[in-house]
Amino acid sequence: MSNSPLTPGIVAARLPAEKIAAHFSDHTPALDRHEAHVAADRCYFCHDAPCITACPTSIDIPLFIRQIATGTAEAAARTIWESNILGGMCARVCPTETLCEEACVREAAEGKPVEIGRLQRFATDTAMARGGHPFTRAASTGKTVAVVGAGPAGLACAHRLALHGHDVVIYERRAKAGGLNEFGIASYKSTHDFAQAEVDWLLRIGGIAIKTGVELGRDVTLADLRRDHDAVFLGIGLGGVNALRAEGEDKEGVRDAVDFIAELRQTSDLTTLPVGRDVVVIGGGMTAVDAAVQSKLLGAQNVTIVYRRGQEKMSASGYEQDHATSAGVRIICNAAPVAVHGNGSVREVEFAYTVDDPDGLKQTGETFRLKADQVFKAIGQTLTGAPDVATVEAGKIAHLPAGVWAGGDCTGGGEDLTVTAVAQGRDAAESIHSSLMG
Amino acid sequence: MANLTSNFIGIKSPNPFWLASAPPTDKEYNVRRAYEAGWGGVVWKTLGSEGPPVVNVNGPRYGAIWGADRRLLGLNNIELITDRPLEINLQEIKSVKRDYKDRAMIISLMVPCDEESWKDILHRIEDTEADGVELNFGCPHGMSERGMGAAVGQVPEYIEMVTRWVKQYSRMPCIVKLTPNIADIRKPAEAALRGGADAVSLINTINSITSVDLDLFSPEPMIDGKGAHGGYCGPAVKPIALNMVAEIARNPETRGLPISGIGGVTTWRDAAEFMALGAGNVQVCTAAMTYGFKIVQEMISGLSQYLDDKQIGLSDLVGRAVPNVTDWNQLNLNYVTKAKIDPDACISCGRCFAACEDTSHQAIAMKPGRVFEVIEEECVACNLCVNVCPVEDCITMVELPKGALDKRTGKVVTDYANWTTHPNNPSAQAAE
Repeated sequence: MSNSPLTPGIVAARLPAEKIAAHFSDHTPALDRHEAHVAADRCYFCHDAPCITACPTSIDIPLFIRQIATGTAEAAARTIWESNILGGMCARVCPTETLCEEACVREAAEGKPVEIGRLQRFATDTAMARGGHPFTRAASTGKTVAVVGAGPAGLACAHRLALHGHDVVIYERRAKAGGLNEFGIASYKSTHDFAQAEVDWLLRIGGIAIKTGVELGRDVTLADLRRDHDAVFLGIGLGGVNALRAEGEDKEGVRDAVDFIAELRQTSDLTTLPVGRDVVVIGGGMTAVDAAVQSKLLGAQNVTIVYRRGQEKMSASGYEQDHATSAGVRIICNAAPVAVHGNGSVREVEFAYTVDDPDGLKQTGETFRLKADQVFKAIGQTLTGAPDVATVEAGKIAHLPAGVWAGGDCTGGGEDLTVTAVAQGRDAAESIHSSLMG
Repeated sequence: MANLTSNFIGIKSPNPFWLASAPPTDKEYNVRRAYEAGWGGVVWKTLGSEGPPVVNVNGPRYGAIWGADRRLLGLNNIELITDRPLEINLQEIKSVKRDYKDRAMIISLMVPCDEESWKDILHRIEDTEADGVELNFGCPHGMSERGMGAAVGQVPEYIEMVTRWVKQYSRMPCIVKLTPNIADIRKPAEAALRGGADAVSLINTINSITSVDLDLFSPEPMIDGKGAHGGYCGPAVKPIALNMVAEIARNPETRGLPISGIGGVTTWRDAAEFMALGAGNVQVCTAAMTYGFKIVQEMISGLSQYLDDKQIGLSDLVGRAVPNVTDWNQLNLNYVTKAKIDPDACISCGRCFAACEDTSHQAIAMKPGRVFEVIEEECVACNLCVNVCPVEDCITMVELPKGALDKRTGKVVTDYANWTTHPNNPSAQAAE
């Protein structure tokens, strides 16, 4: 009766419950107090520190690490939150190996940076465990601001606006707040429902109402929002997914990686979540890695990431790639999907080898097939549902009329990362505040 | 392997590393382990008068300060002299010495400041076959309140008087252990010499409170909500000890008086530094209390390698740096150096910049790409950048040769000249 990694098709419970539970436990466990103090000791308290420059939210990292070292983790957390109100989640999901920790001078000195991400988590976890909320709102300004989207950009914007005394209403199309923190991140990076706990903690600032199940363009228009509020912030993210443009991609068993990741995050009992025996993930970013690794952790026998360009072009960091391969995921580069084969359900995916020459990506003509009963598409998300008044350039919102701001993945100017979205949401809030009070 | 055999005031030991009179040398069990580990000598923990032994507190005796990664840098103690019966100590000393004839065995003593007490204790230890005595005029806590230890060491006349009694009633070599809790360390050393001491040992511990409990508002170590000052030792006190050793070594009144160097000796290098400043041997306590007796093996191998590399003997090392310890007014004001940053070694932390820009002479430029360069026109060669740089040898001080232009002063580097002849010195004498 019981399934195994060898069971054909897309089935649940390929592994025993305790094994799945272990696989989805905290990927990078929290530092305990002693470990944190040892790690904090290594910070040199650099002048004009390169880690601060590398952080999209410009957290004063040397200061918060010194605060940890001197036994005041709560003060450290406050330093973090003053720049990045979602510092707890960023501590878990930031690709620190390409941001602050890559810039750490100890990376240059010894190839071993200060563990900034883990220290940030230590500080924020310690302070959150105390309960309460570290910030107090300014006196009410009597202004109201609509924030569309309860993802990282929207939440950061809402918190900063509330801090300044404005009343905020967040309109969220899903049933839950959190955005990609809640729906788009591998489970083992954010265990124990941290995303919701962080949202609840953030809302303790007061003055923020969240209306879930309300979608811009469907349930409410931008004109409505501009009429009812003094300003509008759009943090709508990227709602669409790129198509493979390969013959047969509508076959059963082919789905978007982001949907799989979201479903996984919302499933309380992972032994009920089905996964294929032979899983093929197409793409080269963090979404591809998250889908592939989690498939493997659920018990898929063979998981392969196939990326159309060379490995050096993969947007998943070297650290993420290593994480995938150490989980048993195979990575094939320079191969583009040309067809999905199968009779109703997917059975094989056919790829053509590619070369990336100065004129662009070309197929060599040589092809191969990978056995597959489940295929995840992870070749990028696209902007959908942008209001008509927005000017869209290169797939991102580039210009908006006065009184409307935007930030996060729906806009350009930085990588599509949680930390970038937080920075843009925060900065938009400051801009809105200046505009409203000026 | 260099020959580390030591002869300190006629007391022979296979190496110059002795354990200082302290908790590690309080009983036979420890001392046997110390000798087995390789220690050349032991100064047995201070014995008091016959009678009921002293008592110690029953709460914490030690307090500490730490550096990065909780490395112990300084240790403070409020322990008194041995709290074991005198007779047991004497039996144990005799028993150990009989089995380790090649090792030095010194007995530390502290009894009330009267002739009878000293005569009596000297008589009682005669039979132990110990190699010498050390007079504890140094302990700054507890016993000093009773007129012993540092209370004697702070009065040169008492030092001289007691030393005289000891030399009168004992044929053993006599080492006088000095307290650093005094304004001028040369005075007690001179007094010891006048009294007939064969050597001095220093430093004993420094009056200290290591920290304050910010919840209880009690000094540490805390005994039932209160604290009393203790004696501070360990790596943190080494610079103070080195200076005091050097002061005695270069003092014309005490020149040639053998010195047993004590104070933060943790590695062979520390020991070599004490010896270069005039110590004939060294005594160790905190390093052993932190890491165990085995550390002596690194001290032995390290000092041995150093002497081999230098092709000198142990006795050549003793006092070798003393002629170079001088007064400030003898320093060459025409010795000009400039900081130099090695861009290949630099990890771009910018600590040199912050230190120089905020607290010194604005002599380091921060260039695009986090490149740091010394501005020679501003550099006074203070050395702060070298001291704060986390990378060894990344910033060095480079001497300007004679005839070179000092861009800061606009003057050419000339021959030696010091403050005594400097035109800005109101009491300058003519150079010739």
